[in-house]
Amino acid sequence: MTTNNNIHIHEPIIQVSKRDDMIWYKSWIVRAIAIILAMIVCGIVTVLLTGLDPISVYVSMFEGNFGTERRLWAMLKELALLLCVSLAVTPAFKMKFWNIGAEGQTLAGALACSACMILLSNIVPSYLLIPIMLVASVAAGLIWAIVPAYFKAKFNTNETLFTLMMNYIAMQLVSFCIVFWENPKNSNTVGVINPDSMLGWLPSIGGQKYAMCVIVVALLTVIMYIYLRYSKQGYEISVVGESQNTARYVGINVKKVIIRTMAISGALCGLAGFLIVSGVDHSITTASAGGMGFTAIMVSWLAKFNPVVMVLTSFLIVFLECGAGQIATAFDLNQSVADILTGIILFAIIGSEFFINYKIKFHKKNKEA
Amino acid sequence: MASNAAIELVNITKTFGSTVANKDVCLTVNKGEILSILGENGSGKTTLMNMISGIYYPDSGQIFIDGKEAVISGPKDAFAYKIGMIHQHFKLVDVFSAAENIVLGLEDEKGFDMKNYVGRIKEISDQYGFDIDPNKKIYEMSVSEKQTVEIIKVLFRGADILILDEPTAVLTPQETQKLFAILRRMRDAGKAIIIITHKLHEVLSLSDRVSVLRKGEYVGTVKTSEANEAILTEMMVGKKIALNIHRDEPSNEEVRLSVEGISCINREGVSVLNDISFSVNSGEILGIAGIAGSGQRELLESIAGLQKINHGKIIYNNPKTGEVENLRDKTPRQIRDMGVRLSFVPEDRLGMGLVGNMDIVDNMMLRSYRKGHSVFVRRKEPQNLADEIIKRLGVVTPDSHTPVRRLSGGNVQKVLVGREISSSPTVLMAAYPVRGLDINSSYTIYNLLNEQKSKGVAVIFVGEDLDVLLELCDRIMVLSGGAVSDIVDARTATKEQIGLLMTKSREVSHDNK
Repeated sequence: MTTNNNIHIHEPIIQVSKRDDMIWYKSWIVRAIAIILAMIVCGIVTVLLTGLDPISVYVSMFEGNFGTERRLWAMLKELALLLCVSLAVTPAFKMKFWNIGAEGQTLAGALACSACMILLSNIVPSYLLIPIMLVASVAAGLIWAIVPAYFKAKFNTNETLFTLMMNYIAMQLVSFCIVFWENPKNSNTVGVINPDSMLGWLPSIGGQKYAMCVIVVALLTVIMYIYLRYSKQGYEISVVGESQNTARYVGINVKKVIIRTMAISGALCGLAGFLIVSGVDHSITTASAGGMGFTAIMVSWLAKFNPVVMVLTSFLIVFLECGAGQIATAFDLNQSVADILTGIILFAIIGSEFFINYKIKFHKKNKEA
Repeated sequence: MASNAAIELVNITKTFGSTVANKDVCLTVNKGEILSILGENGSGKTTLMNMISGIYYPDSGQIFIDGKEAVISGPKDAFAYKIGMIHQHFKLVDVFSAAENIVLGLEDEKGFDMKNYVGRIKEISDQYGFDIDPNKKIYEMSVSEKQTVEIIKVLFRGADILILDEPTAVLTPQETQKLFAILRRMRDAGKAIIIITHKLHEVLSLSDRVSVLRKGEYVGTVKTSEANEAILTEMMVGKKIALNIHRDEPSNEEVRLSVEGISCINREGVSVLNDISFSVNSGEILGIAGIAGSGQRELLESIAGLQKINHGKIIYNNPKTGEVENLRDKTPRQIRDMGVRLSFVPEDRLGMGLVGNMDIVDNMMLRSYRKGHSVFVRRKEPQNLADEIIKRLGVVTPDSHTPVRRLSGGNVQKVLVGREISSSPTVLMAAYPVRGLDINSSYTIYNLLNEQKSKGVAVIFVGEDLDVLLELCDRIMVLSGGAVSDIVDARTATKEQIGLLMTKSREVSHDNK
């Protein structure tokens, strides 16, 4: 503003208003622009911080995901696990039940799974071991979810705090169990369970040990999509999530729906825990869930609770993570630089949603005067 | 520009997305004048006023105050220009006294002197004839007292231009008269007053001039002395409309639903229904009148199985089986499973009757999705029903897959009423079914209710416009403070009589608490 504008009284320079729904291809153009802008900013940041050529950094990011068959499968494995937890939290969030406890529910599943592996390997016949592990994991995740759901339905307790606290309980339980299961002694870790007999390990398919995980989660994605969209229970979840008053008005038993939906959410988290232990890690630590319970919330919201779109959003997150890891090793950089780049890209993508939903208008009057 | 103009709007335009809320609106309000802004819902009255009071900023156009161009970019600017708005929904702190609410947010360099403030509040009250105790807490006040506090709050800040948004919506006829007397006194003291309303008779009795908006556009301004209801309606709607509601004599009456002595204490421990007894017959429309919050909602929700009651019985006479059943303590689902065909159009359409984010088809399923043993929902019948309702009731919508929150108020209501009557009910309860609807949609709804009545449905109609209640209903039950004041014959009762009944037993119910 120049000085001769003093006659003008304050006028809002920027005006934000909600816009009508954007046509789908326009909104994808906005998202694409956001990613391109983010890449440019990342390039500048990379040059400033490290002096490296940004193009080669991007290339190595890509290589980190698709460079070798091993990396590709590692990426697919991460994708499957994250997607599994994301699918798990989705019914709860669609019901506007703030399940911050997916981390704990997954960990509870993982704990139950490894407990079965450690304690039952030599007792039950090997063909029964994996089914028992599966049931135990699912049950553990379910219990971890159903407790806060029950209290929410019965006493209207705050589910956010309750599920969050359940995370810590799960974590402490794992620490507690590690003391008994540690191998070798005094290492304070469990180590790989059944390294030689491979009892309780998910079998590999076509020589790919992660293929089973990928198939299970792919199936789950389709089932979840159908469940939410076409089943009566899925419809009830939508109604309860949109308005509990409407749900009561049409005679939906809101308490029952809350408990049932959380049971599903927890059970699937338990399944994710099973996949982590039986299919991938063959071990357990307090970090087995690896923060996926929280990342999954972002994946689910970004996809607006659509399981099919979630494949894309979880791929995005996993791509950035794997790419960041590759940058860090390839250029001998601190992991933090990679994390900064990931942060910038995520920020741009989430920020672009704002421009899709809102219109921004600049008042030019003052500048012309 | 006439020096007498307090505020002048020139070519104000405001759009939200692709909807044009105001287009080239021009208005002038003089000092010492009451101007009514008349228009149907959605005609842009409130948007326009929000621009004057700094809540929205116009896309284009100018506002002149006292002849000088003004830029109002926030409520603070509006205060600086001595503009005060009294909103439809009061913005008061319940646990504070009247005086505390009035001075709330005041920035006084001289320090905070409550005594001095109370003195000034008394001065203002005496000047305009307000009857208020500055030390009374808001939660102890009636709606009309709360409104008084809002008005004093604005005057206390020195407002010369007052805007009242639908001020009479929550008042009894008697309270309305009192308010009008005060407004006239303020006019005589030189204030410029703008009142937003859609009630024609109020416009005619109160204002000096009337400006009419239609679909966001300025239609014109007429002197009240030269206007009548027909002229104003035509300006508002854009065409001539017959303003009488059809009423048949009830036929084949038999008691369908009788409520016997129900009482209800809500979660806060307040008695909201107090020994209510009445019955409603097939083939009649029973009106329920009362000040907002006199127990209308709780009464209907009790019957629908949404509100627990502490005493009494709700007896339903099933016309098919002849069975007599008590609906008390039944859930909505149990009531349906008993074969009771009870339809309910609740007051909160998008918060209870419909799901705003779902499309019309999915909203049609709300009542019926459970049918059949399949785990999956069937969208075929709801789709047909949606198409039929869109066609028959003339719902304006791009298609049946549009989320209902995108529809205008009248169309939302058509979807809801359409669904509720599609299940061929024997009892139809409608709470404020025409609130916020334009004249044409309102008449569509009245016709639908009449159609149900002629089919032998027992219709319960909760309304707020006494003129409509008197024209449409067969009998009117008046509620006051959660109790029945009286049940009168709508063909012989008068507005004044009902107005008195609306406040009748208030004192009694206070004693009971």
